[in-house]
Amino acid sequence: MISALLTASLVILALAMLACLFRLLKGPTRSDRVAALDTIGIHVLAIIAVVSMQLNTQDFLEIILVIGILTFIGTTALARYIERGVVVQEGGDTHDR
Amino acid sequence: MTGELISSILVLIGAIFCALSAFGLVRLPDVYLRSHAATKSATLGVLCVLGGGFLYFWVVDGTVSFKLLLAIVFVFITSPVAGHLNGRSAYRSGIPLWEGSVQDDLKPLVDKGQEIPGEE
Repeated sequence: MISALLTASLVILALAMLACLFRLLKGPTRSDRVAALDTIGIHVLAIIAVVSMQLNTQDFLEIILVIGILTFIGTTALARYIERGVVVQEGGDTHDR
Repeated sequence: MTGELISSILVLIGAIFCALSAFGLVRLPDVYLRSHAATKSATLGVLCVLGGGFLYFWVVDGTVSFKLLLAIVFVFITSPVAGHLNGRSAYRSGIPLWEGSVQDDLKPLVDKGQEIPGEE
């Protein structure tokens, strides 16, 4: 029963990640892709938690922390890059996308 | 047994919230609305999943997993911040709002040339 519930959660999370992958590939702007990457990282974190519950081990819990930190830093750096890449164009209109 | 069942049901609820956020990420028309879906409901979903894992390890192994608690606090703090930074960079790089949007509180400030609040 419990294993079936966890497997169902894994399937749902995998489908959600596929939907995020669609937005990552299609997304018309760069910010869409960054948001999709952020969401994919969060879903990876949830999947690792479910897998460590299913294998009944606590060895993977550090990986949750590391992936959370890496996702946050990656999103922050990409947002910085998008913002600064436009700030460089002094004074002009910024509707380049 | 009951605790394991409650924790796995909590995990299932979290997975459903994550799926809802992915659905919003695909269906909504705009960067800002998409980041609203991706930030809020994905945070709630992953917090439900991690809380379910915390309860599971507490019930099964009898150990309180501080790593999982730390991950819960960290995700709860950083995920909205990341969404906000992404939305701000999208606005600053001139991505237009959806044509059905009815209000843009930031536009008068930008037109007057003032500093955007929160800008360093």
